[in-house]
Amino acid sequence: MSRLVVGPFNRVEGDLEVRIECGDGTVTSAEVVSPLYRGFERILLNKPPLDALVYAPRICGICSVSQSVAAAHALADAMDITPPRNGSLAVNLVHAVENIADHLTHFYLFFMPDFARPVYQSEPWFEDISSRFTAMKGTAVETVLPARAQFLHIMGILAGKWPHTLSIQPGGSTRTVAAAETARLKAVLVAFRRFLERTLFGAPLKQIVSLESGEALKAWFANKAPNTSDFGRFLHVSESLDLSALGRSSGNYLSYGAYQMAGTPLFAQGVWRNGDPTDFSPHSVAEDLTSSWYKPDGPEAPAAGTTDPDADKESAYSWCKAPRLDGEIMETGALARQLIDGHPLIRDLVARHGGSVHTRVVARLLEIARTVLAMEDWISQLEPGGAFIDHTAMPDQAEGIGLTEAARGSLGHWLSIKNGKIANYQIIAPTTWNFSPRDRIGTPGPLEQALVGAPVREGETDPVAVQHIVRSFDPCMVCTVH
Amino acid sequence: MSLRPNDSKAPLSLFWLQSGGCGGCSQSALGAENPDLMTSMEAANIDVLWHPSFSQASGREVVSLMEDLAGGGKPLDILCLEGSVMSGPNGTGRFHMMPGTGKPMMEWIRQLAEKARYVVAVGSCAAYGGITAAGENPGDAVGLSYEGRKPGGLLGGDFRSAAGLPVINISGCPIHPGWLCETLHQIAANTYSATDLDEWTRPLSYTMHLVHHGCARNEFYEYKASAERLCDQGCMMENLGCKGTQARADCNIRAWNGSGSCLDGNYPCINCTAPEFEEPGHDFLETPKVAGIPIGLPTDMPKAWFVALASLSKAATPVRLKHNATADHLSVPPSDKRKPRS
Repeated sequence: MSRLVVGPFNRVEGDLEVRIECGDGTVTSAEVVSPLYRGFERILLNKPPLDALVYAPRICGICSVSQSVAAAHALADAMDITPPRNGSLAVNLVHAVENIADHLTHFYLFFMPDFARPVYQSEPWFEDISSRFTAMKGTAVETVLPARAQFLHIMGILAGKWPHTLSIQPGGSTRTVAAAETARLKAVLVAFRRFLERTLFGAPLKQIVSLESGEALKAWFANKAPNTSDFGRFLHVSESLDLSALGRSSGNYLSYGAYQMAGTPLFAQGVWRNGDPTDFSPHSVAEDLTSSWYKPDGPEAPAAGTTDPDADKESAYSWCKAPRLDGEIMETGALARQLIDGHPLIRDLVARHGGSVHTRVVARLLEIARTVLAMEDWISQLEPGGAFIDHTAMPDQAEGIGLTEAARGSLGHWLSIKNGKIANYQIIAPTTWNFSPRDRIGTPGPLEQALVGAPVREGETDPVAVQHIVRSFDPCMVCTVH
Repeated sequence: MSLRPNDSKAPLSLFWLQSGGCGGCSQSALGAENPDLMTSMEAANIDVLWHPSFSQASGREVVSLMEDLAGGGKPLDILCLEGSVMSGPNGTGRFHMMPGTGKPMMEWIRQLAEKARYVVAVGSCAAYGGITAAGENPGDAVGLSYEGRKPGGLLGGDFRSAAGLPVINISGCPIHPGWLCETLHQIAANTYSATDLDEWTRPLSYTMHLVHHGCARNEFYEYKASAERLCDQGCMMENLGCKGTQARADCNIRAWNGSGSCLDGNYPCINCTAPEFEEPGHDFLETPKVAGIPIGLPTDMPKAWFVALASLSKAATPVRLKHNATADHLSVPPSDKRKPRS
């Protein structure tokens, strides 16, 4: 048995350390450490409720719109208002741009560079992969960065700027659009779709979203040389390293539902427990603090949650809390969303291999294609000249829950207002679920479980398999600890 | 072929750390255009030794690089810090431990700053504490050489890096990619001096301007034709807390994400480049007033003059502006007296 402290993890958002026990060339147990405390939940106390829209997005610079959407939903719940249709369309568009940009950043800049590490030097694909994906220097960077930046022009038009826009409000969006601007939105999206179809997928988006099984994906891929698209390159590497068997999670998945439109989300809300779908109730969520540097140990329902730091707590090893649904761990993210929404490819892959490094990455890329197609539809539904925002006033006393999906998974804000000020504010972020530490009965979090069994090569101090598994979740550590 | 204009010179080394922030300045920087961020660094002849989000190296490779830099075994030209310094609890820095090292990030920042020729605070958090220092400041977040408006912070108000400069505070929440790239280019060209900095040691290249400059609502401002609610097209200074006439930045001259700015997004400027913007002392989206007159008047303008001019200009407001100011879309176009619109 040996013990390794792996970190700093780079190419994730924020700070992360993983402590692993190894034996017989595999990981036998893992502790996931979030080593940063900022205390946003305390910062928000006693603030005017609408000011949450200034502070909350700044929890995170990679999914700041998701934080805005969750805060706006919580405030809208407290105010009992629903945005006009245009407002929901604009918010969905802005949110989708961020989520897609995150998936793209994750795939190209965070995840794929690990296959360019010297440990893979003898693989037949190494030369192609390293020249394409080496961090900061690979050929992919010079096409992806401009494509991503141009895609973010939708933010310039609809949200003023990204990150940290204030355009998302409980009543809708501050930024109305004129007819000529919908033309600009459409043109930016067409250009981005072209990049996706030529470079990322090497195929029409409609073909990608119509893949219905692992077999269909294999057949699609078998007809192409791997280096004709970046998705193909990934599938080739994944097959060669058997990433379907790496980083398997527990079998529990959660999605709050993404992109609300008149009460119905584009991607469905629900829970998936070992093969069975069930409904989600926010009242079944509680955070356990046994292994977290906070007083007391919990569990606490988020509406009555506390954030009282105790850096000396003996039982603790992380600033991350441990959210549980009916006492169980949940994996969240694109895999959970596409599984719960019922996409046949992801249902099939999970039935065959469970959640794994392979399935997580495929789900994320599939989601890019599905979401871009939805965005085209949303732009065509905008009604220039119509209302984008409802101006109902804020009540002095109220409670609200705001649920949404960030790129990395389920994000919830629980808010209470007393005497016109924020009296409590609790946040549970996607990576809080995924990277949660052990709870009071010692159940490890999803990543802690997924790491068990990962191979550790002779002499490795930062095992590459551990890196693949960690990054397959696309963690956002600043959100986690907020 | 190389893009480097300074081919004969050794590249400048840059090391980037993130502490108590949100990573948003890095994400914003990644949106740099014409050229992209990596090409821009190459053009500046900057060798990015490590950046936590973008670099290949991980774990032990990074820790030994940091040890080399901190010990002086390897020279460091530019240290960038993004996010505030987490000094709590009780000054120990344990609210942010550098992974894999068992040492507070605060200690690494201090050691590397002592060695670096230039120290750059990227964003308002690293400069002054920023959003992370808001409210009761639960993490005891401070800036590199300021704690809010007070000189001090981690390195002390008198800090000078090896090149003889104070911390270069590229403030903003987040920074505009152009502010970062241009400042780094100037540093790399060895032309940066104290005269390039303002009173908060921010680059004058963008704080020479007010957010008000180039604001598309300037005509509404001239006539005090004011927006009443978010989404209205009029000037947001009178009712919605907009600080564009006081805030130092070129946001309306230099587009964000292709064409935007906060004001173009129909929301007020919150003065995010200024120290202590995170605690305005009033609701962000409301303008505090005394006897109906906004307290935060434009920089450089005597109050009596403002009041006199405002009442004159209000009386002279054209119908077009009066109407559009409180509408959520521009609906009355400018007219041509010689040819009425049919």
